[in-house]
Amino acid sequence: MQPLRRTDYDFTTAVADHLQFLYKMKVNLKVWRQKNNNTAGKLVEYGLDNISPDMSFLEMFDVLNGELTRKGEEPVAFDHDCREGICGMCSMYINGRAHGPQTGATTCQLHMRSFSDGDTIVVEPWRARAFPVLKDLMVDRSAFDRVIQSGGYVSVNTGSAPDANEIAIPRSVSDEAMDAAQCIGCGACVAACKNASAMLFVAAKVSHMAVLPQGKAESTLRAERMVAQMDAEGFGACSFTGACSVECPKSISLDHIARMNREYLGAKLTSENMQG
Amino acid sequence: MAWVTQTLSSSLGRKVVMSLTGLFLSTFLIVHMAGNLQLFKDDGGRAFNEYTYFMTHNPLIITVSYLLYTSILVHALMALILTRHNQASRPVRYAYSHPEANSLWSSRNMGILGTVLLLFIIIHMRTFWYEMHFGSVPMAEYDGKQYKDLYAVVKVAFAEWWYVLLYVISMVAIGFHLAHGFQSGFQTMGIRHPKYTPIIETIGTYFFAIIIPVAFAAMPVYVFLQVHGII
Ligand code: HEM
Ligand code: SF4
Ligand code: FES
Repeated sequence: MQPLRRTDYDFTTAVADHLQFLYKMKVNLKVWRQKNNNTAGKLVEYGLDNISPDMSFLEMFDVLNGELTRKGEEPVAFDHDCREGICGMCSMYINGRAHGPQTGATTCQLHMRSFSDGDTIVVEPWRARAFPVLKDLMVDRSAFDRVIQSGGYVSVNTGSAPDANEIAIPRSVSDEAMDAAQCIGCGACVAACKNASAMLFVAAKVSHMAVLPQGKAESTLRAERMVAQMDAEGFGACSFTGACSVECPKSISLDHIARMNREYLGAKLTSENMQG
Repeated sequence: MAWVTQTLSSSLGRKVVMSLTGLFLSTFLIVHMAGNLQLFKDDGGRAFNEYTYFMTHNPLIITVSYLLYTSILVHALMALILTRHNQASRPVRYAYSHPEANSLWSSRNMGILGTVLLLFIIIHMRTFWYEMHFGSVPMAEYDGKQYKDLYAVVKVAFAEWWYVLLYVISMVAIGFHLAHGFQSGFQTMGIRHPKYTPIIETIGTYFFAIIIPVAFAAMPVYVFLQVHGII
């Protein structure tokens, strides 16, 4: 990148940039409202004006909830935590896509400038049998936790910390593991998949340990257990449509799904577990 | 043997069954197409009839054909089980969805494409396979040897424009089914590699999704034009 020189600024653009805060947009929201898991929900319309294009999508929801609260109505329940794309909480299916129209980003990283003034925006919760709706846009993603608990770990004995350079790991291998370890467990892959399959998530977890020497020892058991748990949770099978990887905020590659297939088949053919 | 049934009924195991049967069916298509190219020979059907005689009398081919029938049945049955399971995994659908933004139509509609193929296979086998094995096919004689004249059956069937159209539509379906299915089948088996995946994708797209369906579709069209004296 070239350093910005004074002449790169065109005066009108600079003024427009500085006055951007004056520009407000109108949006028409259709938001899924549902009291709890036992009641039926429906899309409810809300109009908002005075939305700054620089707001994040969640800040726009804060504005909506402020207005609802002032009117004495129930605010929209939605999950969020870090608001910087690392916790994976902000599950929203926006205008027919997981986390909205941007790729490689979560809902909290989506800004209102991605929409046009006067747009209608439909917001629904993740839809999957394994992710029951708790309230409005909040879903229960504890199925992912149970998949991790079933094998997404490396067993280590406690004691003094091992020397950092005790095991030499080639850069390419650690990079591959780190790419997979980027998964934040947001569930966009499940939400986007036509089969509500959790393959990309589980594959990322299986992969990031399987490629490292510390994780190899338990890789057979891990693949068997995590796949079994994934199936038990009621996720669908993989059709290799690739939707998951496109919608994944961390752009986790389909390579990991192929690796998990290899790991699982290898585990099934070689493990001494006769019961399955 | 609990581990075998358990593995084959897992989501990954079921896909392996889909992949193995699907890829086996794909290799069969090559043989089937190569053989049927005899239809383009202008010899009154002699080469074609000799080829069908070989296909119905060679013990190896007969053995493989049972594997083929089984594969079709298992592939279709597993497709049904998987599709139902996949649909049940999303009991409440989205009110508003844009799947075309992240995936190809063919990859999302393998079940519909497959259903077209299943119907096609039933009709196709009723017209030719059933007639050849259980129907009354006229006889032809080459060099003093008697052959079933399946070519005559082909000419009658492909004289109908709607029957030809059915074939052409079905070949479009198989093109789309294999455009996704061929490369997906390898990934299901865990085969994905920067060196080989591009080759597999090229073969899947150009050979299985274009050349094979076009060659198959050309057969009924050619016979139709010939029977009606257009060429
Ligand atoms: C009998 C009618 C058929 C039906 C109902 C059918 C259905 C399906 C379905 C639903 C899938 C996708 C599975 C998934 O995405 O999870 C599939 C995959 C596949 N099919 Fe078929 N199909 C049929 C015929 C064929 C034929 C005739 C061929 C080859 C000539 C074929 C080759 C394949 C291949 C290679 C796959 C990929 C397997 C994978 O993704 O691992 N299919 N089929
Ligand atoms: S694989 Fe991607 S989309 Fe799926 S849970 Fe992980 S970060 Fe989210
Ligand atoms: S709120 Fe943490 S990723 Fe969006």
